Amino acid sequence: MSFIPVILWSDALVFLLIAACITATLYVRKREHLLLPWRRVAQSSMAMVSLLVLSLFLLVGLLDTLHFRIALPQSNNGEKVYSPEVLSVFDKVVEPLRTHTEKTYSAPFALTLYAKESMTDAQGNIVREYPRLRFGGAHLADEAARDGDIAKRASVGALMGLLAGGVLMLLVRRWFAQTAVLVTILIAGTLIGAIANLSTAYHVLGTDKVGADVLYLSLKSIRTGLIIGTVTTLVTLPLALFLGVAAGYFRGWVDDVIQYIYTVLSSIPSVLLIAAAVLMMQVTIDTHPEWFTTSASRADLRLVFLCLILGMTSWTGLCRLLRGETLKLREMEYIQAAQSFGVSSMRILTRHIMPNVMHIILIALVMDFSGLVLAEAVLSYVGVGVDPSMISFGTMINGARLEMGREPMVWWALAAAFSFMLVLVLAANLFADAVRDAFDPRLNRTEAK
Amino acid sequence: MIAYLIRRILYAIPILIGVNLLTFALFFVVNTPDDMARMQLGMKRVTPEAIEKWKQQRGYDKPLLINSAATGTDTFTDTIFWQKSASMFVFDFGYSDDGRSIGREIATRMGPSLAIALPTFLVGLLVYVSFALLMTLFRATALDIVGVALCVVLMSISGLFYIIGGQFLISKLWHLVPISGYAGGADGFKFVVLPIVVGIIGGIGSSSRWYRTIFLEEIGKDYVRTARAKGLSELRVLFTHVLKNAMIPILTGVVVVIPLLFMGSLLTESFFGIPGLGSYTIDAINAQDFSVVRAMVFLGSVLYIVGLILTDVSYTVVDPRVRLS
Repeated sequence: MSFIPVILWSDALVFLLIAACITATLYVRKREHLLLPWRRVAQSSMAMVSLLVLSLFLLVGLLDTLHFRIALPQSNNGEKVYSPEVLSVFDKVVEPLRTHTEKTYSAPFALTLYAKESMTDAQGNIVREYPRLRFGGAHLADEAARDGDIAKRASVGALMGLLAGGVLMLLVRRWFAQTAVLVTILIAGTLIGAIANLSTAYHVLGTDKVGADVLYLSLKSIRTGLIIGTVTTLVTLPLALFLGVAAGYFRGWVDDVIQYIYTVLSSIPSVLLIAAAVLMMQVTIDTHPEWFTTSASRADLRLVFLCLILGMTSWTGLCRLLRGETLKLREMEYIQAAQSFGVSSMRILTRHIMPNVMHIILIALVMDFSGLVLAEAVLSYVGVGVDPSMISFGTMINGARLEMGREPMVWWALAAAFSFMLVLVLAANLFADAVRDAFDPRLNRTEAK
Repeated sequence: MIAYLIRRILYAIPILIGVNLLTFALFFVVNTPDDMARMQLGMKRVTPEAIEKWKQQRGYDKPLLINSAATGTDTFTDTIFWQKSASMFVFDFGYSDDGRSIGREIATRMGPSLAIALPTFLVGLLVYVSFALLMTLFRATALDIVGVALCVVLMSISGLFYIIGGQFLISKLWHLVPISGYAGGADGFKFVVLPIVVGIIGGIGSSSRWYRTIFLEEIGKDYVRTARAKGLSELRVLFTHVLKNAMIPILTGVVVVIPLLFMGSLLTESFFGIPGLGSYTIDAINAQDFSVVRAMVFLGSVLYIVGLILTDVSYTVVDPRVRLS
């Protein structure tokens, strides 16, 4: 099977981010004073457990970032034709989840559709019955055998997962000695094993309106959430860093201009600014359909723009913090010593000021993450979020919200989206707290009391 | 004081001009009125005449900044910038796409917005500060740890969940109050109670945790030790000393949002069907009514700047050491 790799804009940004992370890790590894706060983070078992959960999400997100298009069997005058559908490695890993689509809603572990349909029975009469699902539990001849089958599959899967978790635990126990981390590995292994084994035969979290598996949708939403949470801060980081440090260091008219810019931006309520910018972006995208070869690249560009717009509204806070810190630093003796030695401003900024504001940037990065993931859902509801064709927590909630009034209620899509979001955001919040405690010198003092 | 206020208000003018220029650039330069017309009328099969008509109806058929066809001051006033953007400084917002005066809509919709936002703000503040004081009083005990853990979990839950969950539990399952709707006067109580409760619960996590941090910072200071040395009870120390001294950081975050209460909350109002400014904005966004969104952006920034000035004034009220000059 031949394919062509596709690098979407957001993929490129993610690769850039990974490269930056690797470079930073290599740089920090050699320097004991930079490593010290990270050691403090590593000592907190709460932080390590949340990091473990986060890295599971990251793994899904990364696999979902490697995109490609499959070649179609027919060719156009010897030239290969590629499918317009952009798939990812993750789609291939969970192929059954993606392809096992039903007709419409079905409850978790259900064997039949949610609504009755007219069918012809064995005698040729037309009856209204709940039709069996095409994939969910299709291997069962007798519907009564379902519970036993579920229990059997779950326990087999859980056992396999437990074994895999145990092996992994033995492998990593040299570095992660905390009991809580090891227990989390076992629990995660068991859960993933059970769910993975069950999801080959059932829809563990049910199906949505068009019959797509909700578990698949939830897993796909992770990438969107992660990108919104990380790329947003990253794209505007250079701007905030440069302007904030420049305003604090040079003062005078530079400071006035930069302060004016961020006061103007921050005086517009952020939801309204985002809404206005997204509306305008929509017009631009709609008037230029020739920019996009696939619908995925179109949705993706919208995601990147959304990150940029979100970043534009949130960089002002970081910029103000950096300006304040630089104002403080520039009065320090070592900066004055550098100035009297005739070191150029550029060099003072890059060598002496920027390394000393890095902790503020890091704290801002991790603290903003969870807020941005939550904001995505709200913005998609308002209608200024990601493209409706892009799978995200926001679009999932938005689609499921309208079905609340049904009787019996369609609750599973909402429950799945909210639970996945809760786990992701909670882990991010706990990890962010640990990072802040380790890096913020001021906070350490108060915590110690 | 008066001189300070006048200077602050004068200082606000360049910022509002900046906001105005930014929205002008966003709405008319990034995309020309032709693009907007084409989008609103449908992408394909739209005749140039239809675009011209659409632009003429909304007054978008003028040049952007300089009208070279006109004479005298008309060169600058008979343009989109003057008529659509500069006019906002005198709160002339023009007309929405369905032909209604935006200014009048804003005036009538402020009431319902305030009916939700004001109680949410006041009761919420009381709840958050009390909860934070309680955690501070029992600091470093099991109660404090459970409280902080609860805050972290509560702030990790999406705001949409509180609204959807509240509507499901209280309105659909228990039938205590209607799911959505609004009425003026005393009848309105049953409609506003759920949005207010949901709004308060939604903010409890982050706010209480934030106030707790402020109180803990204060409690480490010397005057608290002095107060304890005088033999004051811990409660007395907390309420008369710590709370008063923590007012400055609390006010910094709180006063600035008071004017913005007029704008209402986008989410709450649209979920609960409150005919306030929040749902007005959301409807405008969904209908792509650019003039309404532009008006709300300008109004929002004016209110934010008013909030900043109020914050400064409030400092002088709670802290006699602060002199505005």
